[in-house]
Amino acid sequence: MLEPLLKIVVLIAGLMTAAAYLVLVERWIAAWVQDRLGPNRVGIPLTKIRLFGLGQPVADGVKFLFKSELTPGHVDKALYFLAPAAIFIAASAAFAVVPFGGAIPASWFPVSWGITEPIPLIVAPALDVGMIYIVAVGSVAVYGVVLGGWASNNKYSLFGALRSGAQLISYELPLGLGILGVVLATGSLRLDTIVAHQAQSGAWNAWTQPLGFAVFCVAAFAEAARLPFDLPEAEQELVGGYHTEYSGIKLMMYLVAEFLHMILAAFLIVILFLGGWHLWGLTGPGNAAAWPVFLLRIVVLLAKVMGVILFFMLARWSWARFRYDQLMVIGWKVMIPWGMVNLVVVAVWLEYGNNMAAPWNLSGNQCMALIGWMALLVSWLVTVWFDPTSDDNRPLRADSSTARGIPQP
Amino acid sequence: MKTDDQNVNWVKEPRLGPAGRSYLLLFLQGLTTTLRHLFRRKKTVQSPEGRHESPDPLIYRGVHRLNRDDQGRVKCVACFLCATACPAYCIDIVAAESPWPDREKYAQSFTIDELRCIFCGMCEEACPVNAIELTSLYDLSGKSREEMIFDQEKLLSVFDQTNATEPM
Repeated sequence: MLEPLLKIVVLIAGLMTAAAYLVLVERWIAAWVQDRLGPNRVGIPLTKIRLFGLGQPVADGVKFLFKSELTPGHVDKALYFLAPAAIFIAASAAFAVVPFGGAIPASWFPVSWGITEPIPLIVAPALDVGMIYIVAVGSVAVYGVVLGGWASNNKYSLFGALRSGAQLISYELPLGLGILGVVLATGSLRLDTIVAHQAQSGAWNAWTQPLGFAVFCVAAFAEAARLPFDLPEAEQELVGGYHTEYSGIKLMMYLVAEFLHMILAAFLIVILFLGGWHLWGLTGPGNAAAWPVFLLRIVVLLAKVMGVILFFMLARWSWARFRYDQLMVIGWKVMIPWGMVNLVVVAVWLEYGNNMAAPWNLSGNQCMALIGWMALLVSWLVTVWFDPTSDDNRPLRADSSTARGIPQP
Repeated sequence: MKTDDQNVNWVKEPRLGPAGRSYLLLFLQGLTTTLRHLFRRKKTVQSPEGRHESPDPLIYRGVHRLNRDDQGRVKCVACFLCATACPAYCIDIVAAESPWPDREKYAQSFTIDELRCIFCGMCEEACPVNAIELTSLYDLSGKSREEMIFDQEKLLSVFDQTNATEPM
């Protein structure tokens, strides 16, 4: 009883601290990319010690707590309060099945504690449907967004919520297709088993299923609503999207939930496709009980996650936001077909793979990677050739020379 | 929108080239740009400790000064051109008969309300004798509104302060 509670406390505390400090990292990266210095003044309060601005998250948090929290008179009170809670709870609940490394061996604890089995670093270790759970809980985030926009009773909030709802629902399909390829290849929905499978073969899923990796990464960006897919918020264009009418601690819950989504997306990318805690030569397969391996696994996993998060943050300043129709085209006309191609490739490989690999004298994973990369190249070239993103979706004029047979009134 | 409205000029989106359509090349281009800037020297001036240095203090539009001539007298001839040119009406001049033989009038009092001034530099443009100029001092502050109304003495002292670095 005590063990899961302890894990939850550590997890929530860690996530909140991580989210707070990621805000600082985000601001630093934003500043550095723009040739500025970024927050570097706030250190220990009431002293002159600056610590490179590491006290900034505390200042930000205190500011948010003490800000006047305004509830506009025209909102739907119940939903208005429910929406940030829904998105926040959903975002943090998804971490219940994420493995943060290996397992603590039972022999590390004093005998009097009566621990006989190793303790895995997962809040809900015995959940066999981990991946489905994450997708299910993740889709509750749409409720937070849509309810927030609806309850605000403000047309700009509603616009933001609708854009966001359509985006999140559209990109759940490629997300699921990306996950399916991995699940099919592994034969398990458990995240720790997926990592163990990659560690066992030494070939990460990003190497054997590059198409699935591309699809999943793009979908994860869109699900986390990060640039170039940040249409829900779109600071420069919309007033602020679905959280226009929110202030104070409720706004903070939305913002923290956004960062939790990003952390979760980074964890999923690393666990599903980049080998989780596995690194060749450093952390081998099997449930090694040696403490250096145990610690190294955590370090490797968190380093990979941090790398992906830094990529997320750099991406924000590297590419322009997609137009809304481009967003939908990329989701429906590019990513879903790519995901299906990947799924078919993986399925065919699993059925006939061993027969195919034998005559070429390749190992199974090499052959699969070869086919996977060829599939990526072909899909990419086909996409470039047909170029669905530059399709002009507006109705064409009857006298237009470019009319494509659309009947005009 | 009516699609058959002849007054609407219907523009078709230009088709992208291969690099734009493949997205990958632009993807790498964007990423290298941000990565290059990430490690570049930063432009920020840390204000209280470091000071912004104007690249050309002679054309910077900061606090005004009233120039002195070679005999140490104020150069102003009280022609009111600067006060007329001023779009913010912040210059107030009281003219009087000049005690010197080289001009008819001089400014008995010359005040500029630095709080009203928009630092456009029109007074400097208008002055026929180069008497009023804008310096590169940008961080002026005061404890009261009255303190920010600069009289002739103060404007001349700005000249004394900046003459070495910013000659007329």
